Amino acid sequence: MTPNPLWELTLTRLRLFFREPSAVFWTFGFPLALSLALGIAFRNRPPEPVRIGVSGSGASDRLVRGLESADGLRVSHFRDEAEVRKALRTGGVDAAVLVRGAAEEPALPATGVGRRPEHPIEILHDPTRPESRVARALAADAIQRAAGRADAVAVAERAVTEPGSRYIDFLIPGLIGMNVMSSGMWGIGYVVVEMRTRKLLKRLVATPMSRAQFLWSFVLMRSAFLFIELPALLVFGWFAFKVGVAGSLALLVAVALLGALCFSGIGLLVASRAQNTQTVSGIINAVMLPMFIGSGVFFSTARFPDWLQKPLRLLPLTALNDSMRAVMIDGAGIAAVARPAALLAVLAAASFALALRIFRWR
Amino acid sequence: MTQAAILCRGLVKTYDEVTAVDGLDLEVRAGECFGLLGPNGAGKTTTVEILEGLNAPTAGQVEVLGMRWDRDEHALRQRIGVSLQETHLPDKLTVEEVALLFRSFFSRGRDVSEVLDMVGLREKKKSWVEKLSGGQKQRLAVGCALVSDPDLLFLDEPTTGLDPQSRRQLWDVVQGFKAQGRTVLLTTHYMDEAERLCDRVAVIDRGKVIALGTPAELVASIGGQQVIEVGFENGVALEDGELRNLPGVRRVSRAGGGVSLAVDRLHETLPALLGLAQERRAQLSRLATHHATLEDVFVTLTGRQLRE
Ligand SMILES: Nc1ncnc2c1ncn2[C@@H]1O[C@H](COP(=O)(O)OP(=O)(O)O)[C@@H](O)[C@H]1O
Ligand SMILES: [Mg+2]
Repeated sequence: MTPNPLWELTLTRLRLFFREPSAVFWTFGFPLALSLALGIAFRNRPPEPVRIGVSGSGASDRLVRGLESADGLRVSHFRDEAEVRKALRTGGVDAAVLVRGAAEEPALPATGVGRRPEHPIEILHDPTRPESRVARALAADAIQRAAGRADAVAVAERAVTEPGSRYIDFLIPGLIGMNVMSSGMWGIGYVVVEMRTRKLLKRLVATPMSRAQFLWSFVLMRSAFLFIELPALLVFGWFAFKVGVAGSLALLVAVALLGALCFSGIGLLVASRAQNTQTVSGIINAVMLPMFIGSGVFFSTARFPDWLQKPLRLLPLTALNDSMRAVMIDGAGIAAVARPAALLAVLAAASFALALRIFRWR
Repeated sequence: MTQAAILCRGLVKTYDEVTAVDGLDLEVRAGECFGLLGPNGAGKTTTVEILEGLNAPTAGQVEVLGMRWDRDEHALRQRIGVSLQETHLPDKLTVEEVALLFRSFFSRGRDVSEVLDMVGLREKKKSWVEKLSGGQKQRLAVGCALVSDPDLLFLDEPTTGLDPQSRRQLWDVVQGFKAQGRTVLLTTHYMDEAERLCDRVAVIDRGKVIALGTPAELVASIGGQQVIEVGFENGVALEDGELRNLPGVRRVSRAGGGVSLAVDRLHETLPALLGLAQERRAQLSRLATHHATLEDVFVTLTGRQLRE
């Protein structure tokens, strides 16, 4: 009835984690809060109507109704030209329609031009503002239609928004990747060094404890956490933003697990020599910062210049994010993620082997 | 003579500038409680950690339970129990969880509940480590060293910083372990601890053994069962030579600005000492007497106090 050491070591890691409220928050709560905040801030809004201000007592019902019933226009009325100009200037409306007093009958294009010095209807717009240019075009079209102009050719239209093209669709896989990285680095790197400074490592190696099992317990703990972290973000993404997984869920789990292994190895590596927690914090931040920025967590790696693309592809977080996006958004299969997955596996094995060689146990 | 539990010859450990252990020979017999007594920085921890296989000596041979660290590390680790001078066990584990974790590393040993009884932590087994007092933490640390039911127990300053009651509780644990015929090597800078627990003591100073024997032998070696400590106020100190000539004085040593006289009988020496002081118009700033202890042995041998 001797208790199993690997099991006890892993259980210890899990207990210590769940008894530390701040660690639980940073691992589980923080990414959820972050994805909620960013998902709301960058959500795709329904198209905004352009705003048209109308002034002039003589505006006919037909003209006003024509403007009001046109798609994508919102009409507001102003007392005189001065007021509507002010609204245009301050961004209250995108374009203004001025109807002169004499223009009871607007549909007089042929005669109207030559006879009067002023046109009966005038559109004011600011060509430097894109929405003002759109407002001008829509208002002019609505006025002409109200006056009876018909389409010369019938044109079919279809609005399309590609699934997976929203920012939140891009963000959720990136946040999963970031979480796998930072909880591996802090959850292992920092914790191991703390054990070293508290002389707990020395105390443990004074027993017949297997050193490999000690390191494995961290890997097992990280793998176990993945089955909480990953569902948490996936379920949250689905219910809050309808972010789905286009490809195989099993493949997604496998890729994330490789990522967790890789960052466990790197976490052990950064912790292998450091003598105090300040040192290891510095190392962890230095290792993670380039990947936060360059591995496509918050924005695409494609934004960096060409000569940086190759090195960025070699970063483990880039490999993890790319393959998770491929599975979640494009529904990619094994073949498509084989290269980044192989990179993760190689980095995991190499970092473990090196960490075990240079690890300072006292 | 019984088989040696620990044997080391010519042990040396040098760090860049410091020689922490400077040619140390030790022989600890099976079944005895052996003490390394010495001031801070004497090299006790370094010595013990070499014997525990946690630190590599610069030179010298070490044999523990008839085995050697370079050949038999795994077997040795199964049979020794270790409590380091300083270990912070995880705060957020319970006493029972910590003991069970340590128990899991050994292929044989005692039940955790039995060990917690031995160290008097049965009621605390569900408490988190961070809620324990200093003495309870230290007993848990010793408990973790006992889960394997070791043949040899290493304790590095087990009671430093503890209150008197906690110290006595720990002494009981050590004596209970020893009563089962097991071997203990402990370090301390408390002479009362060494006198109380140890069958034999090696007094260590600057990485060397400067005296070795049972506490009684060591105390007897300074000659005289009683010690008189005097201090002089006005600089009119009395010469060592004249003090030595007082009746019943066996030994004169100076430490910390005062003089210690090892004497056979207080009632012979004290009146003579006071008479001499009066004759020389020397004013006494201090006068105290006590039974000779290991502290006096250290003062006599080094001219320094154990704790300074
Ligand atoms: N890792 C180390 N590096 C440098 N010097 C050390 C190291 N460990 C101990 N020492 C020095 O060795 C001497 C003996 O230390 P130690 O064995 O801890 O003494 P003790 O346990 O008797 O107080 C001290 O002068 C200490 O400063
Ligand atoms: Mg020490």
